Amino acid sequence: MAILKPLLYIFVYPGVIFLFVYSTFCEWFDRKVYARLQNRMGPTHTGRWGILQPVADFIKLLAKEDIVPERADKTLFTLLPVVGIAAVSTAMMLLPVWHYNVANSSPNSFSGDIIVLLYILTLPTLVFFLAAWSSTSFFSTIGGARVLTMLFGYEVPLFLAVLSPAIMAGSWRLAEIAAFYQHKPLLLLPNIIGFVVSVICLQAKLERTPFDIPHAETEIVGGTFTEYSGKKLALFRLMTDVEMVAGSGLIAAVFLGGFPGGVILGFVNFVVKTLLIIFLLTLIRALTSRIRIDQVISFSWKYLAPLAVLQLLITIVLKGFVR
Amino acid sequence: MKFTVPIGPQHPALKEPISLRMTLEGEVIRDADIRLGYNHRGLEKLAEEKTWLQNIYVTERICGICSHSHATCYTQGVEKLMEIEPPKRGIYLRFLVAELERVHSHLLWLGVAGHEAGFDTFFMYTWRDREVVMDILEMVSGNRVHYAINTLGGVRRDIDDLQKKKILDSLDFLRRRSEFYFKIGANEPSFVARIAGVGRLSKEDALALCAVGPTARASDISQDVRKDDPYGMYAEVPFEVATATSCDVLGRVVVRVKELMQSYNIIEFLLKNLPDGPVAVRAPRRAKPNEVVSRYEAPRGENIHYIKSNGTDKPERLKVRAPTLANYPATVVMLRNGFIADIPLIFAAIDPCICCAERAVVLVDGRSGEEKIVLMSELRKQAHERWKKAPLKKDAVWPF
Repeated sequence: MAILKPLLYIFVYPGVIFLFVYSTFCEWFDRKVYARLQNRMGPTHTGRWGILQPVADFIKLLAKEDIVPERADKTLFTLLPVVGIAAVSTAMMLLPVWHYNVANSSPNSFSGDIIVLLYILTLPTLVFFLAAWSSTSFFSTIGGARVLTMLFGYEVPLFLAVLSPAIMAGSWRLAEIAAFYQHKPLLLLPNIIGFVVSVICLQAKLERTPFDIPHAETEIVGGTFTEYSGKKLALFRLMTDVEMVAGSGLIAAVFLGGFPGGVILGFVNFVVKTLLIIFLLTLIRALTSRIRIDQVISFSWKYLAPLAVLQLLITIVLKGFVR
Repeated sequence: MKFTVPIGPQHPALKEPISLRMTLEGEVIRDADIRLGYNHRGLEKLAEEKTWLQNIYVTERICGICSHSHATCYTQGVEKLMEIEPPKRGIYLRFLVAELERVHSHLLWLGVAGHEAGFDTFFMYTWRDREVVMDILEMVSGNRVHYAINTLGGVRRDIDDLQKKKILDSLDFLRRRSEFYFKIGANEPSFVARIAGVGRLSKEDALALCAVGPTARASDISQDVRKDDPYGMYAEVPFEVATATSCDVLGRVVVRVKELMQSYNIIEFLLKNLPDGPVAVRAPRRAKPNEVVSRYEAPRGENIHYIKSNGTDKPERLKVRAPTLANYPATVVMLRNGFIADIPLIFAAIDPCICCAERAVVLVDGRSGEEKIVLMSELRKQAHERWKKAPLKKDAVWPF
């Protein structure tokens, strides 16, 4: 019985099977909402309401010819998609989904796991850069440079924004932060600025419009992924979906009070809260146009970073009153 | 570090083949080089082998967006050569279609500009509303793209009162939508951040480089063939030439939306003042030896056809100067000192129609850079010899 829970954790929920099913569902949700906002139908054909379309796309890509450029670093080029998907799946494992009891929780919940989670969520960016660099195409190289340039813009505001609720809760442990806010839900309200900043930063992390600069189709073809095809591209796409789920899970755990309420209610909480954040991400994607790389940097440092610092100040001042 | 990046001939930002070689320093463009000739179709030569009437349909196929512009430009030139005057109702209907075409072309361009800036929602909405115009065009002419409504001496189809009413009703909807797009295009922060101040072309440069159409008008040059050298019934139609003073891509968006508004007014005027009578007169089969230059304000700018007749039923020479060709020199200036991210926007802002502007092919030797123009027979011979000399691929297996 002792071994059953970790196995369930790794393979069923929130492990591999759930991740695959839910991340493809989230992609479908994103595509469908995006399409409806644009007065289109979106996926309709595969499965009911086209719900299986992302799975079909994934399988189709797996079957496609897999080309490795002659001048590319072949080991790195092949390894990176796997490393990327491993990183984001690990990030998912750290989310406090099965912790109904803070005192007696799984071994993968420890003090400081929020820092580890943020660190692991930075890895995909590095993977994108290395993938671009190792494929040695002009367009990829420009895309890779843009990935790193953007990282300097959104990473600091994201860290500041996500860490301020943790300061308020007085803990670096996700399960404890969530439990704190479940206990005092009114304290979620002062975190609203941090919530907005972190949603925008997550959009930038996921490289979606208006931050889809590293793979801006009309400028630099495929950007980072220009040379990727077949299985590797399929893994990269899945990785972005999983990253979206993990990132919105993190924001939900920190800003929306986690996922309380036992097996079924906790699961429902997880789905509803992450979908809400993904809906916000989709709204941003539909309502903006792609901005330039220099505009991303100035936007992050002129608006996002000061707002995140303001959030930090509010938290610190408020903490004095709460105690 | 300077390096050259090839944009095209195959690139997602370009729907047609053209090669833009960009010399970059980091993300900044230092120089641009445009190479044409990937889509030469020999239309001018083809026109010399067809009769006057057949050529209407050949010139219509020069462009897929401004098909009516080329056909009308050719037709009014030939009518001058044949010394015939189309009846007034025919003229009104001809330019009714012309203005509808301008509406559909500008709505299409707005969508493309949105797409190039990564604003796909804008693209989807403008293209949805463009369908309204396409439906009107189909109702009036029977076709959505190549209307084929022109004939020598007038138009081929008449419209009735029911159709007239339908068009007027749709105009209200289109007006409302265009105002909305104007609001979005000139106010949406992320979109304006991308287009304001991008691709500057000063008034002096625009004049010196002979920019035409909305590109010139966005640089504050009030230049419109419909006003400067009125053809058809444009002298009697009240309208204003839309200009903008900002000299950038934002100005080009503003000019095009303003022109949409003007076009709706013109369409309304034409329909409300549609004279009675026949729509066409009979045209002779031959034209006396003469030559004519026909000018026409296409959605993209001034379109020029030079036609020479030799007394037979076929033209001696047809020369087409599409507006895109006139805008290329200005594009190079606009691209200089911009960012890579601005290339698709700046290039799309002239509304390029690449295959319309292709008039010649130059062969460039890839190694030496030597350029030459050869005959088709010579080209065939060269290809044949090269194929003969090529080594056999013995170990080649499919897929290569």
